[in-house]
Amino acid sequence: MIDYSKVLNKTVTEIKPSGIRKFFDIAATMEGVISLGVGEPDFQTPWQIRKAGINSLQNGKTKYTSNTGLYPLLCEISTYMERKFGLNYCPDNEIVVTVGGSEAIDACIRATVSQGDEVIIPQPSYVCYEPMTRLAGGTPVIINTKAENDFKVTPQELEAAITDRTKLLILPYPCNPTGAIMEKEDIAALYEVIKDTNILILSDEIYAELTFGKNPHAATASVEGMRERTVTINGFSKAFSMTGWRLGFACGPKEIMSQLLKIHQYAIMCAPTTSQYAAIEALKNCDDEVAVMLKEYNMRRRMMVAGFNKIGLTCREPKGAFYAFPSIKATGMSSEEFCERLLYSKKVAVVPGTAFGDSGEGFIRASYCYSVEHITEALKRMGEFLSELKV
Amino acid sequence: MKYEILKLLARNARYTTEEIATMLAITEAEVTSSIKELEKDGLLRGYKALVDWDKLDGAYVSAIIELNVVPKAGLGFEEVAKKIMKYPEVESVYLMSGVYDLNVVVKGKTLKDIAWFVAKELATIDSVTSTTTHFVMRRYKEMDVELVSMDEDDRGQLWI
Repeated sequence: MIDYSKVLNKTVTEIKPSGIRKFFDIAATMEGVISLGVGEPDFQTPWQIRKAGINSLQNGKTKYTSNTGLYPLLCEISTYMERKFGLNYCPDNEIVVTVGGSEAIDACIRATVSQGDEVIIPQPSYVCYEPMTRLAGGTPVIINTKAENDFKVTPQELEAAITDRTKLLILPYPCNPTGAIMEKEDIAALYEVIKDTNILILSDEIYAELTFGKNPHAATASVEGMRERTVTINGFSKAFSMTGWRLGFACGPKEIMSQLLKIHQYAIMCAPTTSQYAAIEALKNCDDEVAVMLKEYNMRRRMMVAGFNKIGLTCREPKGAFYAFPSIKATGMSSEEFCERLLYSKKVAVVPGTAFGDSGEGFIRASYCYSVEHITEALKRMGEFLSELKV
Repeated sequence: MKYEILKLLARNARYTTEEIATMLAITEAEVTSSIKELEKDGLLRGYKALVDWDKLDGAYVSAIIELNVVPKAGLGFEEVAKKIMKYPEVESVYLMSGVYDLNVVVKGKTLKDIAWFVAKELATIDSVTSTTTHFVMRRYKEMDVELVSMDEDDRGQLWI
């Protein structure tokens, strides 16, 4: 008999399963649950993008593409990054099309981090950075961002986290789950801290299209001095509502990208061909569709923030992504307890902030990837839940 | 902003003033006064429920009638269209481009009611030269709303 506890990779077996998963499993067994849990758009992929995918299949475009991706797609990505974020990346050697932003994150960490290197990860943030760092042999160093700083990384926090083993800084903005963004001057302040170091940056900008502030999204690499040390990650899932197509990309200096490409080449070979053809259409002709979705998200965002504040859960204005991250501290409950009791008593599913790091304690994540009517009903039930607590 | 309010009300006429104000980041007073003006100007014509009558057995049947009409000098189709719209059986009247002139949606209790209405009322109007009646067999979607819902929320396999 094989003793599996002894034979499997120790780093893998020590990784804890995602905290979000647990809530999903409970919610899935209950009838009549109204969820604010999912992190993917409710919109269908715009029709012309689906059609482009179908056309490519009908035309028999079902073979591998080059490792980096279809050349016309690389050119469109290059144009798009310039047009939207003022970034210049050469389609020949600075862009790799990946299986979602997730693969790009993994490949970027593996391409940069050696055994024992430290990776600075701001939290609360998306759940993948810590395990991927460990799998690459790196050591996660967590920055617990604070509500009073709008969950931004401050230069002081960054400075305190840096050691001589620091290799990589992750910047997950616009942020899932907090909705925080980093303005140009915030990023410039971080540059001052690291400008004399060799610290690289993985800037996960998958929500770049979904910001609601006065200024458009500030790409990390667009801040002076940052381009040479930054890998920018983006993709099609969120902005174009293409989660299931599994398509993202990484852009960066060719010296980094040529190494990242090796990992992609041997592990993945190439991103799905159908999705790549569809993505060309997305970048070429879908600005209007993205604008319509953005407007809709903005209306829901305002409804949700106003609703939370009205029922007594302090909620800062999320400036990006599609989540609200209200505080539940006034209830005196822990995030997990709050979510569990809310789920059992009112059948509303939200995600405890602790699923995104210890600093998420006292908060919950509510997604507004739902219709206004759905959000209104969920808020109504949450209001009842809170007033029953007070009795 | 008025256009935005109209779009929201067209989607759901029961949004409250407060909800509309929140969604559009304007004051409730602005919403109230805009709606009043829209009503006064005749842009906002009503707030009606969207009913799936098919769920109620025998509630009513409807048909689309294509009418060919001889237009009157100086009046065109105006006179006959206005005459037809006055019948309580008539739900809507459209002037069409293409092979026929007026599209009339008629409702009745039974198929026979409609057949009689077409034969006795519409077909006998002087300027009407022909009628073609198409009975509605099943409603799949009305006013942007899917009545036979086939799309379920299939998300939630992943909570990222």
